[in-house]
Amino acid sequence: MRPDREVAIVAFAQSDHRRRTDDLSEVEMVMPVLHEVLRQTGLKTSDIGFTCSGSSDYLAGRAFSFTMALDGVGAWPPISESHVETDGAWALYEAWVKLLTGEADTALVYSYGKSSPGSVRDVLTRQLDPYYLAPLWPDSVALAALQAQALLDSGTTDEPALAAIAARSREDAAENPHAQLRGARPQGGYVVRPLRTGDCPPIGDGAAAVILAAGDRARELCARPAWIRGMDHRIEAHSLGVRDLTDSPSTRLAAERAGAFDAPVDTAELHAPFTSQEVVLRRALDLDDSVRVNPSGGVLAANPVMAAGLIRLGEAAARIHRGDSDRALAHATSGPCLQQNLVAVLEGENRA
Amino acid sequence: MKATPPPEILQAPLVVEFPFTRSLGPVQSAFLTGLRERTVLGVRTETGEILVPPVEYDPATAAELRDLVEVGVTGTVTTWAWNPEPRRGQPLATPFAWVLVRLDGADTAVLHALDAPGPEAVRTGLRVRIRWAAERSGAITDIACFEPYDSDPVVEHRPHDGLFADSVTGIVAPARLDYTYSPGAAQTRYLRGLAERRTVGERCPSCTKVYVPPRGACPTCGIATTDRVEVGPAGTVTTFCIVNIKAKNADIDVPYVYAHIALDGAGLALHGRIGGIPYDQVRMGLRVEPVWSEDGRYPDHYRPTGEPDADYDTYKELL
Repeated sequence: MRPDREVAIVAFAQSDHRRRTDDLSEVEMVMPVLHEVLRQTGLKTSDIGFTCSGSSDYLAGRAFSFTMALDGVGAWPPISESHVETDGAWALYEAWVKLLTGEADTALVYSYGKSSPGSVRDVLTRQLDPYYLAPLWPDSVALAALQAQALLDSGTTDEPALAAIAARSREDAAENPHAQLRGARPQGGYVVRPLRTGDCPPIGDGAAAVILAAGDRARELCARPAWIRGMDHRIEAHSLGVRDLTDSPSTRLAAERAGAFDAPVDTAELHAPFTSQEVVLRRALDLDDSVRVNPSGGVLAANPVMAAGLIRLGEAAARIHRGDSDRALAHATSGPCLQQNLVAVLEGENRA
Repeated sequence: MKATPPPEILQAPLVVEFPFTRSLGPVQSAFLTGLRERTVLGVRTETGEILVPPVEYDPATAAELRDLVEVGVTGTVTTWAWNPEPRRGQPLATPFAWVLVRLDGADTAVLHALDAPGPEAVRTGLRVRIRWAAERSGAITDIACFEPYDSDPVVEHRPHDGLFADSVTGIVAPARLDYTYSPGAAQTRYLRGLAERRTVGERCPSCTKVYVPPRGACPTCGIATTDRVEVGPAGTVTTFCIVNIKAKNADIDVPYVYAHIALDGAGLALHGRIGGIPYDQVRMGLRVEPVWSEDGRYPDHYRPTGEPDADYDTYKELL
């Protein structure tokens, strides 16, 4: 079902993702990308109808850090604004819905994550079921490794195939000046077997921002807007032991609802923090070798947690802006082993 | 003064620690109490599936689930991952396998650790049994871990009423996360100024407001503050309150006064305690100056300067 109102991503910016940003507070890290999307569109802060951000205070251990980051958008006197405590892809979803209601014509969406001050593997255990899982402190790599072993056991993939995903991602990232890992590197030893260092995303800090606009406003602001033809997000059952970890029915359902299967896509930006998760997503989304997957290098090349999903939407949109894609799929995930999944379908209008 | 990068980044350890106290529903209570009694309970769905660990609502249909059954303490590994370097809080301190185990009689798997000599001793399909913790309290950690155990799988389960003496109704889940805090460029500059007993704000290049303490951005204009501006040392109490309840661990006698203080030259007020004057004599417009802490790194509190009170019109925009 096509949405009633045409809404497009008209600008995208991201920071240069780095292992550490000790020299910057969150707002100091976010401000340059906010200014960049405003510059791209020529908009001023006061022109923005709705602002929505995504972040998590647990990452850097700073209570209410998102209110500090709001300083960077010029939020005083008060603006129409919201925040999600998850990846910025879901902030984009909220902003999209806001524009579909007609209450705003433009929206600024941004997100950021500083994983460097803490230990992100341990921090992410705090998002788990507090009764049965969190007391065991199963870290994010361990949970992904359980999923990877299930895939190996099922014969769906093997270690060389995973290594090939790792190598392709980082080789593609060589062309991405914002990526943290640019160029192929050794797979290394097991972090948690069967996942090797190369199968895991880098740990780092970064930020991203996009601007959404509706209808003719989008055409004014961008030469080739990336129209959001559909977007949906779905979640798996709560308990890992209930799920078939080799499949992602929530991704498939979200893709169906977003219209992803109505016509072929030429590009897919997949939020797969671990190589094994790309295998799951490709199968769930029926992506064959004709689809260019993660030309940016994906999350295996830069993983600013809480911004990494929004960056998938931004990278897919930027490819449409540049004319490198006509119809792209963007995916974002949240939670352990692809717990929650968002799929958006973006299109450029036909070129004359 | 132009804002310049700090000579070196300030950093400090930051520990966030909190004991979450969580109440349990009837199914979780029976399951965790059962673990204390070395009994594993599951819950039956409307389609007859046995979920272990049990949940209170069906993950597929959202139906309320209350039909408890007892399952085995032996089971089969459905997937595993070898953890060569155990991390703080994890079930075992020596290298172990994370496992999902489908207990005999159950249709779903429980996550836990498997004590095994090495990855070569672990495989999907391995038969295992629960090793109970010596001291049990009604928590998932009452299962110390799993251990390899050769036995034939049985699929039997039997009804259980879920009733135990002294059933647990809640858990306390302690959590600790360690961080290295770094305050960023603007706040580093501010803290370094304080260490020299100077209060240095930063000015917005657009609206010219001087922020004290600076946080790096002007929240009105959404741009970086640039010029550094020394303010104070004296200032004016713009508003205040009298604190009558002692904060935990605070070594200040109540009542005391906590105030908003607009330092001379600042575009907004900061917070501080007022001392050196009886609490009931503090007033709006009172002129105060900082009293530095013993190590001289920050103002411990503010005391009256003895100047005449400031006129209301001089600080009414800073309330």
